[in-house]
Amino acid sequence: MASTDSTTVAKDGNDLAGLEAGLDALETRQTGRPPFRQTFVEKILPPVVAIVLVLAVWQGLVSFKVVDDPTKLPAPSDVWNVVQTAWLQGELLGYIWTSVSRGLLGFCFALVIGTPLGLLVARVKVVRAALGPILSGLQSLPSVAWVPPAVIWLGLNNSMMYAVILLGAVPSIANGLVSGVDQVPPLFLRAGRTLGATGLKGTWHIVLPAALPGYVAGLKQGWAFSWRSLMAAEIIASFPDLGVGLGQLLENGRNASDMAMVFEAILLILIVGIAIDLLIFSPLERWVLRNRGLLVKS
Amino acid sequence: MATTLAKAADATASATHAARIEHVSKSYPGPAGQQLVLDDITLDVAPGEFVTLLGASGCGKSTLLNLVAGLDRPSAGEITTDGRPALMFQEHALFPWLTAGKNIELALKLSGVPKPERRGKAEELLELVRLKGAYRKRVHELSGGMRQRVALARALAQESKLLLMDEPFAALDAITRDVLHDELTRIWRETEVSVLFVTHNVREAVRLAQRVVLLSSRPGRVAREWTVDIPHPRRIEDTAVAELSVEITEELREEIRRHGQH
Repeated sequence: MASTDSTTVAKDGNDLAGLEAGLDALETRQTGRPPFRQTFVEKILPPVVAIVLVLAVWQGLVSFKVVDDPTKLPAPSDVWNVVQTAWLQGELLGYIWTSVSRGLLGFCFALVIGTPLGLLVARVKVVRAALGPILSGLQSLPSVAWVPPAVIWLGLNNSMMYAVILLGAVPSIANGLVSGVDQVPPLFLRAGRTLGATGLKGTWHIVLPAALPGYVAGLKQGWAFSWRSLMAAEIIASFPDLGVGLGQLLENGRNASDMAMVFEAILLILIVGIAIDLLIFSPLERWVLRNRGLLVKS
Repeated sequence: MATTLAKAADATASATHAARIEHVSKSYPGPAGQQLVLDDITLDVAPGEFVTLLGASGCGKSTLLNLVAGLDRPSAGEITTDGRPALMFQEHALFPWLTAGKNIELALKLSGVPKPERRGKAEELLELVRLKGAYRKRVHELSGGMRQRVALARALAQESKLLLMDEPFAALDAITRDVLHDELTRIWRETEVSVLFVTHNVREAVRLAQRVVLLSSRPGRVAREWTVDIPHPRRIEDTAVAELSVEITEELREEIRRHGQH
């Protein structure tokens, strides 16, 4: 009895292994990156075409004298010349670096403050009742509004810039984490609890990683708010001793009625904002989502 | 953590029950006062035993499982288990930010297994559920059946004496479910873990269990029990399985009909 039983089990077991391998093979989808050509046609080409079109319309407006006043609308080539001159004089990178270093440092401060704050609001009921509405409210307050009080409190210096960045970015980062935590599926919490992840262990091993997509979205928005706040601060509180950032460049252009310089500053602000997002935050977000299979391939 | 667990296991090494449910009731506040979900349930699971809880909707079988898992407290009565039970859900509940292997390692870590041993143990457990090469796979790269096998491996990683399963195969297609029934039977016999398995599928209950417990609905009470002594390996199409299933289904339908009468 025992011997026949064990042989049937063994035979059955072998069949089962083969069956299971077959099922696994049938049901597993092959995932890989799409070929470069496809990425190029679907992702890279459309924005390039859009930019070329905008430039063409701009050049057209100037060439066909629709707007015939260089102090209102300079030609793209004029703007390009200003950028080139600034580059050749070695000032261009200086402008960019002044603003970017301020922006990133301010963002890091905002990260250090916003993360624990968001976690407290998300996990402690009293704190949420007290600070939750204020944080959401602050998020809709344009951070330009903080520039005048910051100048009065802190004077015309870098601390004032950082204060404005913090007030702009901290609510975004904290709120991102709060919504990330709120969206953690209850199933993960139950599964975590049965595995023994309760209290701080649960927060560290389950809640925080599960909330990461919302948190990263908050970081992305936090950066956008940091950059905007900083530009507002630089434009309003431009002061030569602070060093010339992109905001000051814009303000200087306005004072000199140099429309090409104004356009140069606006373009640089736009490009730097996009570049930081494309170089840091978008890859971070895509990495997080791809790891979880949340990146929908279209 | 590891030592306390080991001590608890030693203390109850002579335990005659993997789980002991004594006169357990559970009620929830409802629109019409307290609503009784479970009424005076008494049920034991012996060490190494495979018991299925069978019932229609509203019999409170998932509630009972949550009580045994310690996720909720009974309103009355007492539940004792031999150590902390492991729980497997209908959804795989694997963490998508970790690979299959790391999911298992997290369970090992939370059970107090020291770091150097975790990798090896995780590989062993994956091999046990026949997913040897899946250590680095992300959850979304696995099929439904593979996910449930990783979830099973993760539950086994806790080295609990008792494995609670809440309709773990209900969302799978019929072929995969049938294969996983064989797989679960094999693993149960290899590991000698006790299993309390909740389902509304009569054939599934009969195919897997040594004992089938039928719960009545609203409130959940133990209606009847069957001992299943059909030898393994069983098949879903075995006559013995079919015959007992017919008998149990009749009883289950009778239970359900009673609710339409008043």
